[in-house]
Amino acid sequence: MKHLLSISDLGADGIEEVMRVTDSFVEVSERAIPRVPALRGKTVVSLFYEESTRTRLSFELAAKRLSADTMNFTVSSSSVKKGESLRDTCQTIEAMGIDALVVRHSSAGVPWQAAAWLDCAVVNAGDGWHEHPTQALLDCYTLRGARGSLEGMRIAVVGDVKHSRVARSNVLAFTMLGAEVTIVAPPTLLPPSLDGWPVEVSHDLDGVLAKTDVVYLLRMQAERQSEALLPSLREYTARYGLTSKRMRLMPDDALVMHPGPMNRGVEIAADVADLPRSLITRQVANGVAVRMAVLFLLLGQVPGGA
Amino acid sequence: MAERERAATPPYGGVFSARSQVMDAEDLRRAVTRIAHEIVERNHGLEGVVLIGLQTGGVPLARRLAEALSQIEGTQVPLGSIDVALYRDDIGLRPVIPEAVTDIPFDLTGLTVVLVDDVLFTGRTVRAALDALNNYGRPRAVQLAVMVDRGHRELPIRPDFVGKNLPTRHDEIVDVREDGVDVGEKRAR
Repeated sequence: MKHLLSISDLGADGIEEVMRVTDSFVEVSERAIPRVPALRGKTVVSLFYEESTRTRLSFELAAKRLSADTMNFTVSSSSVKKGESLRDTCQTIEAMGIDALVVRHSSAGVPWQAAAWLDCAVVNAGDGWHEHPTQALLDCYTLRGARGSLEGMRIAVVGDVKHSRVARSNVLAFTMLGAEVTIVAPPTLLPPSLDGWPVEVSHDLDGVLAKTDVVYLLRMQAERQSEALLPSLREYTARYGLTSKRMRLMPDDALVMHPGPMNRGVEIAADVADLPRSLITRQVANGVAVRMAVLFLLLGQVPGGA
Repeated sequence: MAERERAATPPYGGVFSARSQVMDAEDLRRAVTRIAHEIVERNHGLEGVVLIGLQTGGVPLARRLAEALSQIEGTQVPLGSIDVALYRDDIGLRPVIPEAVTDIPFDLTGLTVVLVDDVLFTGRTVRAALDALNNYGRPRAVQLAVMVDRGHRELPIRPDFVGKNLPTRHDEIVDVREDGVDVGEKRAR
């Protein structure tokens, strides 16, 4: 593995490999001194053209726990403001001698472009509406930890699928591991075409909930909605928001997930997010271990392949 | 002849083909019993002694040693396992992947740790294990038990308890199993 760009590149075997290695990093994270010398002398840079809390911090913590050096690139305080191009920015950073670039950008495909320009490992930390592979990996890992396997699991992915890179990566990863995925969204929040998506589609959340083991809620992305796709957020909440009343339609042991950041009171009711059946904080905790596994698999490699 | 895959030693992913058997199941059982007696003798009993097997080859051996110790002294010594992949000094030189999760469910401070591995070769795995142990406390002493010492050390490390000293060529492979020890070669596929 030279780069981690998308779930489709990784494939089912790649996902299994990352999850297997993640077990070791969960153990490291639980120690009194959660640090190993595995990536001593390596430098990991996060280049984020979009804001982020979880992904940026957990990549940074993951790199530090592996004893790598980390640098953070914040667009608002950089020469990008003076008009430096993406290519020049990437090459400038690489010229300082780095081993991995973790990149997030509002345009799809930027990580591929960066991988073509650079020799260092590139990790996609979210590109536009396209993919967010480490989110999918940590969600698969979290579900496997909660249930043992994703085989035959019924997962409903609910909300703004159109603008969601999490939805794309997760649907791919969940189905690769044998889960049955149903997408639940108002017609205006579905992508223009779902050709080739191995999923069922529904517009009726209440009807789907009874036959669902996991509800995966997507964030309502207000910042990406220039066109009026919804009459109002309140109407969305009334039909698609997960309330404690709706929770009662689900099997007693059904689980709730959300990639964060949550809009409490929109796609998820405040009290639902804090239930024991909600895996949301476990998703964040596992995010660090999964990203340690990804960085280790990318940077612990033999030069020239193998 | 038994053929086993050894993904972690060069040529990576090659196939081990055994040339001759150097210990059979009985030899192995006697060596385990003797090492167990030596551990008891050296430590004047088993007070404060714990066994930690190195993943993956040392783990079944540590389990057998623990059984032998409980037959001799009638006490169950605490048993742990450690994977040293993340502490190796050859990360980036060869494929290093954690094989199993480290399991040391006790604080090592003040205890006598007997590290157990199947084969002692360059000593680099043991060096990594000593590093890793630091994260689980400060042992009173660390001792090393191996089934086969095959020489070719690259670090100043020596075993305290040895099943068999076996002179080897550098490119040979020593394979320790439950039912015996073979020496042979690794062939690329």
